[in-house]
Amino acid sequence: MDFEALAMEGGFARPVLEAQSAFRALMDALARPGTSMAGFPVPGPPAPLSPEAGAVALALCDPDTPIWLDAAMREENAVAAWLGFHTGAPIVAHAAEAHFAFVADPGDLIGLENFAQGSQDYPDRSATLVLQVASLEGGPALRLAGPGIETERAIAPRPLPRHFARQWEQNNARFPRGIDVLLVCREGLIGLPRTVRIHQQEG
Amino acid sequence: MNAHAENIAQYNFAYLDEQTKRMIRRAILKAIAIPGYQVPFASREMPMPYGWGTGGVQVTASIIGPDDVLKVIDQGSDDTTNAVSIRAFFQKVAEVAVTTETGKASIIQTRHRIPEEPLKAGQVLVYQVPIPEPLRFLEPRETETRKMHALEEYGLMHVKLYEDIAQHGHIATTYAYPVKVEGRYVMDPSPTPKFDNPKMHMSAALQLFGAGREKRIYAIPPYTRVESLDFEDHPFEVQTFDQPCALCGGAGVYLDEVVLDDAGGRMFVCSDTDYCEKRQAEGHAGPTGSPGEGEVQ
Repeated sequence: MDFEALAMEGGFARPVLEAQSAFRALMDALARPGTSMAGFPVPGPPAPLSPEAGAVALALCDPDTPIWLDAAMREENAVAAWLGFHTGAPIVAHAAEAHFAFVADPGDLIGLENFAQGSQDYPDRSATLVLQVASLEGGPALRLAGPGIETERAIAPRPLPRHFARQWEQNNARFPRGIDVLLVCREGLIGLPRTVRIHQQEG
Repeated sequence: MNAHAENIAQYNFAYLDEQTKRMIRRAILKAIAIPGYQVPFASREMPMPYGWGTGGVQVTASIIGPDDVLKVIDQGSDDTTNAVSIRAFFQKVAEVAVTTETGKASIIQTRHRIPEEPLKAGQVLVYQVPIPEPLRFLEPRETETRKMHALEEYGLMHVKLYEDIAQHGHIATTYAYPVKVEGRYVMDPSPTPKFDNPKMHMSAALQLFGAGREKRIYAIPPYTRVESLDFEDHPFEVQTFDQPCALCGGAGVYLDEVVLDDAGGRMFVCSDTDYCEKRQAEGHAGPTGSPGEGEVQ
């Protein structure tokens, strides 16, 4: 009973305009990979789903987009109930069926190849992963290049999935198939579309 | 917000319902992630006929917010029917500010031109696209063209350009000139004159393409390589004009031919009206124009 009451609260205060604002931040984040977007409106979802990840869900998810939750998210029934009430998106158990994945604990994430990669004919039918990182700074230094980046950009989010640079290289190799990633935390939002090339600096 | 809710209660903000917007927004994000790939989307009926830019309108309606400043151009001009009616549409359903000045717009919806003034980071250029598939006139079957894109099999397009050279001595395609995006997908830049193709390359602005009837959305992120297809011995070239704009004297810009009388009189003026007006206001004048005067005697 308790979590049902919680599920109905914490949506966008002004759904239409706030979803638009949040979407523009997402669009800019994917169009300019590595640039941190901040200042977009956030809802109040139940923990461990963060407000920023909640904003992504409300802006993009609906009954057409199956959602996969990682173990930490699944542990709290309130998360699935909140997503269900506010977006209507079905929660799926198999990562490969999901259009969106919300991950509270990126360090423990299953391999990226487990998610829908799209097909060679329809590479758009691939998953978008929303990783809740602790910070956009303080992690291993990553240098980014590719479309959306004029020369080069440096980020250092933490924590990231295991062997992230290697996994990402494989993601690049699958192009045009592949997954897209959104890193979210209190400081903002960073987009990593499948086209971005990531070089991890040694040391 | 309340002003919006009261004044346009009969519509959702920006006309489209929220679920449609989410569907289009998801398509836009995938389009950005796969530059040049045409993402299928469930195009809606709009209160204007196909061919009037329903694809571009749906893209604009899905990204626009109350803080945006919208500019709409039709063949470079802010004041032709298509541009005026789409601008009025968004003023009515989204109550956004509009402008004719390229530099002041955050979203520019365009039919077949790219403004002469270089676009800036943060601006979004939305193209209205009639036929998104560059291979369609070479291969009518969607199943086949999809396979050709999947296998990166673009030989047919080069054969077409080669046949131009064999017949005419040069590549005779002057608009909708095919480009390759980030070295992978061959893309139709919509029927812009090939003069505008180089502006797409490494542009600071995000470029979104919407085809309403054909139900496709595609994109070029900022700072993305966009190369016009050509041959080593027949490199890509843009149109050049013998004379400057008759009104503003601008050179190195795309000109429209205007017929003046029945005796063969004609003049060439900037296709980009905002660029031309700005130059005239700055005191530049062409052979038949004078500052502040649009009419030719």
